[in-house]
Amino acid sequence: MAVQTAPTTSRGQRTLKINVTVNGAPHEVEVEARILLVHFLRENLGMTGTHIGCDTTNCGACTVLLNGRAVKSCTVFAVQADQGTVATVEGLEKDGKLHPIQEGFHQEHGLQCGFCTPGMMMTAVAFLATNAKPTELEIREAISGNLCRCTGYVNIVKSIDHAARVMREPAEGKA
Amino acid sequence: MAVEIGGIGHSVKRKEDARFIRGKGKYVDDVKLPGMLYMDIARSPLAHARIKNIDTSKALKIPGVVAVITGKDLVPLNLHWMPTLMSDKQMVLPTDTVLYQAQEVAAVVATERYIAADGVDAIEVDYEPLPVVVDPIKALQPGATIVREDREQKDNHIWHWEVGDRAGTDKAFADAEVVVKQDLYIPRIHVSSIETCGIVASFDKIEGKLTVYMTTQAPHAIRTVIALVAGHLGLAEHKIRVISPDIGGGFGGKVPVYPGYVLAIGASVLTGVPVKWIEDRAENIQADSFARDYHISAELAAKKDGTMQALRVKTIADHGAFDAAANPSKYPAGLFHIITGSYPFQKSFVEVDGAYTNKPPGGIAYRCSFRVTEAAFTIERLVDVLALEIKKDPAELRMQNFIPPTAFPYKSVLGWEYDSGDYGRALKLAMDTIGYAELRKEQAEKRKRGELMGIGISSFTEIVGAGPSKDFDILGIKMFDSAEIRVHPTGKVMVRIGVKSQGQGHETTFGQIVAEELGIPVADIAVEEGDTDTAPYGLGTYASRSTPVAGGATAIAARKIREKAKLIAAHLLEANPDDIEWKDYKFQVKGVPAKSKTMQEVAFAAYTNHPQGMEAGLEAVDYYDPPNLTFPFGSYICVVDIDRGTGEVKIRRFVAVDDCGTIINPMIVEGQIHGGLTMGLAPALYEQITYDEQGNIQGGTFMDYLLPTAMETPNWETAKTTTPSPHHPIGAKGVGESATVGAPAAIANAVVDALAHLGVRHIDIPITPWKVQKILKDNGVAE
Repeated sequence: MAVQTAPTTSRGQRTLKINVTVNGAPHEVEVEARILLVHFLRENLGMTGTHIGCDTTNCGACTVLLNGRAVKSCTVFAVQADQGTVATVEGLEKDGKLHPIQEGFHQEHGLQCGFCTPGMMMTAVAFLATNAKPTELEIREAISGNLCRCTGYVNIVKSIDHAARVMREPAEGKA
Repeated sequence: MAVEIGGIGHSVKRKEDARFIRGKGKYVDDVKLPGMLYMDIARSPLAHARIKNIDTSKALKIPGVVAVITGKDLVPLNLHWMPTLMSDKQMVLPTDTVLYQAQEVAAVVATERYIAADGVDAIEVDYEPLPVVVDPIKALQPGATIVREDREQKDNHIWHWEVGDRAGTDKAFADAEVVVKQDLYIPRIHVSSIETCGIVASFDKIEGKLTVYMTTQAPHAIRTVIALVAGHLGLAEHKIRVISPDIGGGFGGKVPVYPGYVLAIGASVLTGVPVKWIEDRAENIQADSFARDYHISAELAAKKDGTMQALRVKTIADHGAFDAAANPSKYPAGLFHIITGSYPFQKSFVEVDGAYTNKPPGGIAYRCSFRVTEAAFTIERLVDVLALEIKKDPAELRMQNFIPPTAFPYKSVLGWEYDSGDYGRALKLAMDTIGYAELRKEQAEKRKRGELMGIGISSFTEIVGAGPSKDFDILGIKMFDSAEIRVHPTGKVMVRIGVKSQGQGHETTFGQIVAEELGIPVADIAVEEGDTDTAPYGLGTYASRSTPVAGGATAIAARKIREKAKLIAAHLLEANPDDIEWKDYKFQVKGVPAKSKTMQEVAFAAYTNHPQGMEAGLEAVDYYDPPNLTFPFGSYICVVDIDRGTGEVKIRRFVAVDDCGTIINPMIVEGQIHGGLTMGLAPALYEQITYDEQGNIQGGTFMDYLLPTAMETPNWETAKTTTPSPHHPIGAKGVGESATVGAPAAIANAVVDALAHLGVRHIDIPITPWKVQKILKDNGVAE
């Protein structure tokens, strides 16, 4: 289903047409087979909120959700996202309302330079979907694939806990 | 009222967050200009080699490759060498010899990022390997391989620097009751901000104007450097605009000028098209400036009762192939002579020798003021060695020796004048917070059971805020900093400063300084920095100098505005200016609170109804030359448990008491301390860059250079004392780096303390499980 055409560019690189839904918007784009998902997002779609911090899947600055799962988009080819859905930091805010994770990072001072922040938030969003009431240790484990050099993680942990509490509130309110 | 203003002392939420949490920050790699080309760099696989030939023909045949630049292409432009910040010079691209692995060899400019990388892969270089020297001690021995054949001086010695009284110190040691000596290696590490370095250079051939977006902590200095280095290419300083956009962490690594920057600028000037260069992580770690790499031999002389008398320190500093550190000109070893720390030594002598090796250049800070961590680690480690020697509790030994609070301003024997301090109060607070006495009891009980628990203290003194112009310059430019404040007619404010945040939150905190001085809510104050076309000239953000220097400028510029505003208020209130006082963030007639004018009312009048004979408008500029440095301090206590099976060091608790003088924003200060502590933990237990005998880097990616994750990092506990700086306009001292300076010794001391009963006196950092396990095995206590 995925591969439809496979022409080559003038410089001999194989290209493929992919259909990817990013933050709810469908995109049909012809890309080189070797293009990484992070470069597809940043260069082809101009969505520069997803950052690049290493080349070895260690830092997590490029974390996005691919079909709901947190992936490091520097280690995924764009063609692997064909027929899939991608969620990035740009899609967190809905109808002018910040996502609880964004509120959490602002309220708890979970960011300084802001470079790791988008990846950190996307990892947290995926994590909180699987664990609505995490312990501190569980949060630390969940973000252990995302490096931050500014904050020492203490306030990032608080930010994610803040978001977890806000996201639980409606359910707990009803109970 | 005060809360609405959001002045000094309030945990105002950060303004800059709004864009960062939405993914709308604008970092250098987010800059995309029409027609922009991409540059990538071919690097040397060898640490020392003669280049016999560079074949670029295959690269040039790749469709999309626009140009390949080699050293020979730069010779006619006289751009193949560039000056470093330390009066040395550095190759931009080599013409015949490479001096370290990952050194730049050629640059490829192409229409796309991936094609530029293809071009790099297609370049073929024929190298003739040369002998390699990686150890600075061997490098300084006669007959060693000479790294810098370009120098007239045919050895690897760069400079000798010394301070203090050699003869007097030697005599103090000869007469001393107790002498302890410790060799310490403070390893080569890398700041590894999560954003690497990069540039977009855009030369407009018609206007003759160069615009540069660049990851730089010092945009104004960079503009001047470009004008000085490339002036012969027709670049003049009024036609150079350096924009430091949002920066994803700096920590010192974004102070130097790297060859990639120069190459991208050169490529844009030659092509007239914007050129982008973004390094990848391997390039960042392998070729950009390293930190530390100090081989230290330290001795402390004391009386039998523990009274410290003299300090003698000999150091060999490995600077790699070029001296490309970023210290103030006068201080080739930075501010290393803060090494007497928190103690009133009578005699001291410190000497440092710089050495060239076949390793990348650097010697920059790692989130610390110039060479201050090296100093703080040495003295705080040495104090514990003394405590072991004379069998005294390390807390008691420190309390006994601290410079007393009554002694400030205190003139240190190596020449500094400490502005203010109360070291005993900070240590006592740390001891009370962590429950020191109970921990010692617990440790004694555990030791009986064979369990390994250690308690480590570090009572450090920092030195930041460089610096007074009589002693401090970089490339001759004095280390003042600046602020320009404009109050608009409706009472809204634009502040521009000469420094540049890399995450420190300047847009919020500098607004708070102005809010406090002018009584205008922080929400109504915009802070801009990093654009040399608009911001006043300053030396930038590093060495914790923003608040001490530009913060001083900001407060004083605001006070200049208030002086003028007072005259306008008097005019509006039809009162004598002498009868007007500034109270509760308003001008009021003394004793008549009902007769008052807000700053907003005054601002409107400054443009609509100013007194005849007075200049219209309400703005001021200040270039602040600090009268002295500032001396933040703190006491940290760390508790570790050691796994007797794996040798793993687990930090159970870490209490950090910091005193950075007046605090502008407690939330931001605490965040800075958290981050600083983590960058203190990193070299203490995890980070180190090593090289094999051939000069191959071992640990050149994040796969093998271990930054602490959330799992390794403990839940830091912070507390504070507040001892304002007496000479700073708002009493602030700076804090971004204190924790990085203070933490490593606390951790190392805790580990040594846990093993001291086995006869362990010192372990070089990073204290890895392997090192600990070896000690455990050697002593028969491994599980």
